[in-house]
Amino acid sequence: MIEYGEKIREIALKLLKNKEVDVFIGYKKGTVPMMNEPVLITDPDQVESLYWDSFCALNLCNYLTKRTDKIGIVATGCNSRNIATHIVENQIKRDQLYIVGVPCEGMIDHRAVMRTIKQREITDIREEGDRFTVVGKDFEETFEKKTFLQNNCATCTHRNPVIYDEMVGEPVEEQTDVAPFKDVEKIEQMAPEKRQGFFARLTSRCLRCYACRNACPLCYCPTCFVDESTPQWVGKSIDPTDTLTFHFLRAYHCAGRCTDCGACERVCPVGIKMRQFTKKLNKDCQELFSWEAGLTLDQRPPLDVYSPDDYNEFIK
Amino acid sequence: MTAKIFSKKEWTQALEELKQAYRVFAPVKDGDFHTFMPLENGKQPDFDYPNSRLSPKSLVYPESERMFEFSLDESDSDAYILKEAPKDFSPQAVVGIRPCDSHAFQIVKRNFDNPEYQDPYWVQHFESTTLVGLGCNTPCSTCFCTEVGGDPFSEHGLDALMIDLGESYLVKALTDKGEAFLNSASGGNSADDAGLQKAEELAASAREQIKVSVPTDKLQDKVATDLFEAPFWEEVAFACLNCGTCTYLCPTCWCFDIQDEISGKRGDRIRNWDSCMFPLFTLHGSGHNPRDQKHQRVRQRFMHKLKYYVDKYQDGVQCSGCGRCVRYCPVNIDIREVCRKMNEF
Ligand code: SF4
Ligand code: SF4
Ligand code: SF4
Ligand code: SF4
Repeated sequence: MIEYGEKIREIALKLLKNKEVDVFIGYKKGTVPMMNEPVLITDPDQVESLYWDSFCALNLCNYLTKRTDKIGIVATGCNSRNIATHIVENQIKRDQLYIVGVPCEGMIDHRAVMRTIKQREITDIREEGDRFTVVGKDFEETFEKKTFLQNNCATCTHRNPVIYDEMVGEPVEEQTDVAPFKDVEKIEQMAPEKRQGFFARLTSRCLRCYACRNACPLCYCPTCFVDESTPQWVGKSIDPTDTLTFHFLRAYHCAGRCTDCGACERVCPVGIKMRQFTKKLNKDCQELFSWEAGLTLDQRPPLDVYSPDDYNEFIK
Repeated sequence: MTAKIFSKKEWTQALEELKQAYRVFAPVKDGDFHTFMPLENGKQPDFDYPNSRLSPKSLVYPESERMFEFSLDESDSDAYILKEAPKDFSPQAVVGIRPCDSHAFQIVKRNFDNPEYQDPYWVQHFESTTLVGLGCNTPCSTCFCTEVGGDPFSEHGLDALMIDLGESYLVKALTDKGEAFLNSASGGNSADDAGLQKAEELAASAREQIKVSVPTDKLQDKVATDLFEAPFWEEVAFACLNCGTCTYLCPTCWCFDIQDEISGKRGDRIRNWDSCMFPLFTLHGSGHNPRDQKHQRVRQRFMHKLKYYVDKYQDGVQCSGCGRCVRYCPVNIDIREVCRKMNEF
């Protein structure tokens, strides 16, 4: 994926020079291994700073909300689906965007890398094709990318952008023989008390820093329910009930909208797997409504529509 | 002051016995990272660690702390009266704390324990704490303690310092509290010259390893309003998610919020960590928010740490160089870069 960088720079230069866009949103190489920083550039001279590798795992759609200018933006499969959701939900207009599509081979799970190298200090990472080399003070090891994919990427079935204006490369092959909901099924089968204990353990370390919420493009409410103070819906201490309330409610707010991009999990400072919640709702949406978020600009998410001829009795 | 050398096994044994007199906290492996935990229920300390993911500040300043409790039941004679909630101020020892985190307690002390104001909870927790540091033989690439008045073997604010000599620890008492702690530890031998010499060498080598330059020398001479109006804030803030990661992991961030929480007819007044990154932090009752924009909040964090604090206390920056925010900011906003920008401006 590293080679996409060249193409991204080329397209951004063209767009900014020809004034086809006012700003361009992409990544620049981070100051710490496996971390890259989202950037907004306005000047063709800044194009050189644009960068791409398998650690560009945030969701750039997050930076589009309610912008009024003309924007060039880099988008992988999941990011493009969030952009589609943003358009459907009136957070941005399609004609404001020039979407530079990235056929995505999956992002590398930085935590899995750290675990494998036994949390030793990394000084450099080099990516070459489907392999990457981790360099430390007194070691150098090469791994296959495939075995280090983020867990959402490993089971992703929409690696190619669903909407774009230009692609940076040939489409990649979509994965078909994946089972994205294995973990959710396991939880579904637990007895209620066991499941409650599982959720309590899952969230026990949560600091309520809200990085997960803030990294998510779906969480654009002007005031999140956890920040409301009149009335106050949720306590602000780290009481487990309040913490679980936050996670459950946030997940429900994402139902039918979540693209399983993994940004929430990637940013959590204490490694909480809160996608266990959103994935359950993704699964329900798929089973109940044959719905996957962000694949079309013509339909609103299932929990967002009312139809008088709904086949469900309770709605009448 | 006493200086002793313990074999690693002896030291673990000694800590086990010290639990009679102290609540002993030490870095414990907790999944992918280390957390300071009480050595209870068979938890084993692991001193071969870079630094804890969360700073040990919560041991003196908990993320959520019950200050008072009250009853809303009008048939109670003390209904609506705030009563001090019970707290544990029995002696605790934080063993293996890194020198940057000890330095951070001294920075935070300026806020919670100064001539005008003494925060009763912070002061009592701090006074009941013995800080036993651990010199950093191999600083991380994100460490910059030496650039902000610290050192990988700094004794500042510590009661004792442990140095990992390979097979053993050299433990030096630095204060009366540290002396008392060390004297209650069984085993060990008086430190010999060879051990002390080796410790010196390790310290020198550690200092050598920190190569980063984060100049702060010109911050004080700047006009605060010039820096405030500097053109780079929007650019610095662009990627920021306004999450609380940087402030919650930071050992020198001290802001809090006070909330009443009620369950049935009983209530608690709780002090919670807060963060200048959250819009709610500055939201007025009127609905006006003086820091409504993301770049205003990001600017506040850096201006507080690198300018207002500098001007107010004339003793360096409000950062101990632990590098947590550098490493764990999910969008890689790097305080070292921002500091360079401010210093050069
Ligand atoms: S909830 Fe998580 S996985 Fe789903 S869209 Fe938001 S950030 Fe992505
Ligand atoms: S990012 Fe992690 S610690 Fe922060 S609120 Fe979300 S789950 Fe909790
Ligand atoms: S600087 Fe980084 S860690 Fe801090 S609020 Fe912004 S995104 Fe979060
Ligand atoms: S500002 Fe960052 S580097 Fe400085 S003490 Fe806080 S977390 Fe550590």
